[in-house]
Amino acid sequence: MSAAIFDSIRSQFGSLAADSTVSHGTLVLPIEPDALMGLAQTLKGTFRFDMLLDVTAIDWPARQPRFDVVWHFYSTTHKVRVRVRTQVGESDPMVASLTPLYGSAAFLERECHEMYGIRFTGNKDLRPILLYEGFVGYPLRKDYPKLGEQPLVNYREGFDIADRTGN
Amino acid sequence: MDMKIPNPIRPAFDTPQRDDTVIVNIGPSHPATHGTIQIIAELDGEKILRTDVHCGYLHRGFEKECEDHTWHNLIPYVDRLNYCSALINDFAYCDAVEQLMGVEITPRTKYLRTLLAEYSRLADHLTCIAATLMELGAMTAFLYLVMIRDYIYEHIADLTGARVTYSYGRIGGLARDLPDGWLKRLEDILVQYEEFIGRVHGLMDRNRIFIDRTRDVGVLTTADAIDLGFTGPILRSTGVPRDLRKDTPYLAYAELDFEVPVGIKGDNYDRYYVRMREMDESVHMIRQLIDMLPAGPINVDDRRCTLPPKPLVYNEIESLINHFKLIMDGPRVPAGEIYVAHEGANGELGFFLVSDGTGTPYKVHVRSPSFVHMGGASRMLDGYQLADLIPTFGSINMIGGECDR
Repeated sequence: MSAAIFDSIRSQFGSLAADSTVSHGTLVLPIEPDALMGLAQTLKGTFRFDMLLDVTAIDWPARQPRFDVVWHFYSTTHKVRVRVRTQVGESDPMVASLTPLYGSAAFLERECHEMYGIRFTGNKDLRPILLYEGFVGYPLRKDYPKLGEQPLVNYREGFDIADRTGN
Repeated sequence: MDMKIPNPIRPAFDTPQRDDTVIVNIGPSHPATHGTIQIIAELDGEKILRTDVHCGYLHRGFEKECEDHTWHNLIPYVDRLNYCSALINDFAYCDAVEQLMGVEITPRTKYLRTLLAEYSRLADHLTCIAATLMELGAMTAFLYLVMIRDYIYEHIADLTGARVTYSYGRIGGLARDLPDGWLKRLEDILVQYEEFIGRVHGLMDRNRIFIDRTRDVGVLTTADAIDLGFTGPILRSTGVPRDLRKDTPYLAYAELDFEVPVGIKGDNYDRYYVRMREMDESVHMIRQLIDMLPAGPINVDDRRCTLPPKPLVYNEIESLINHFKLIMDGPRVPAGEIYVAHEGANGELGFFLVSDGTGTPYKVHVRSPSFVHMGGASRMLDGYQLADLIPTFGSINMIGGECDR
């Protein structure tokens, strides 16, 4: 069943996602950033992928363009998953927001924005959600130090972070 | 010393829409919300007009921390996502890594994991219902349910050595096999569960106060629930039997006989009742699994992930090095990426793992049901009374550990 639906998706998007593969039961569609909105509309409208489960990014600092943005869709009709991925550069990490199509996109994109600095054009509410207002940097990027601290409330005077971490 | 603490959040709205409404802040530390959540609400009298939900007060950099540990070492962190049913997290994570490595677990482990996952779901639903009922004043029902939950916790502690954070899953198996008499005690607890759950049904199901507080409160339609990405009991309470254990069976679920209970209206009462029925189904599954549980080893015989037997480590150089490399470098997971979802107690618990071929994950991302549910919580709160926030929030069962990661 899943193979049939995957085949029809692949034939529909033929040139758009030429490198599509099936990996561990999930159809993976690598696309250009500009193609996202049209692809998501077709996935939702034609192939009934009615749930957007997850939005995240992967940081490859040595690669150009630097980021992969990854979406996971699920169809409650066909009971299969599709992973859509695209590459965006560090200087302008911008992709379209899927908020017009999926209500769940609003929160998921907020998290991806604060963690990786990916900007989702069209999402009007990209305030921090897990981090706090005024946090500097994007903690899940590989160049953000793991022990980096930005306390919202200052430590007591004389407190040395190095004492605690043993550095 | 400047004592002024900057506001950690920027509310979506800070001026009332009308001159007779008021904006109040609820949380993040509020006695009636179990979980650190902050809700900015605009009230017209006692009616909630709009809300802005903030989470993140329990954020501890789980995903960042995972990138600095071997695949095995981060199992204890995984436990602390949904700490009410930590074994489900363990098994979902291990399943994802095993699929990436191409490891097939032994039959005994397959059935044991299924049994323990259902046992954890039972404990999680007991916690959720108990807390929700207590917040509505039903102290007796709370004590009945939490008593059973504590029997389960102590019982799992006999197996894993810990009450809440078990660290029991292993890549390719489990930490240890069942102790003697464990299954006998399991049956005793299930019998007690049935007795006390009957009492809770008697106390709550047709209770006028409970129905008035929960019926037609926090109503969610199926279309809204799917649009907002809701899964688990909340989605099923709206009337669709969407359950990963049926839809995309994993572990031993394909061989089990069970039903997927659904609600009618998607309100708080349905969410309560769906969870009550799911617990009965879990007990039914556990009984089947006790009979199906085969004998045999619990760990796969694969030196890529399983530690060699201790006598060999002490007496043979190859096994010593094997042990050393597995501990120091971690199991080598082939480069690639995978998304594996299990039906957690609150909904779809997904692990998105990226490996670059070393013993340490390149990226671990958790698709946590609670976070997605918080994203759409406003849809269930707006338009109802301020007091309705308590049962609605309780029935969502937001778990801070997995929501904020």
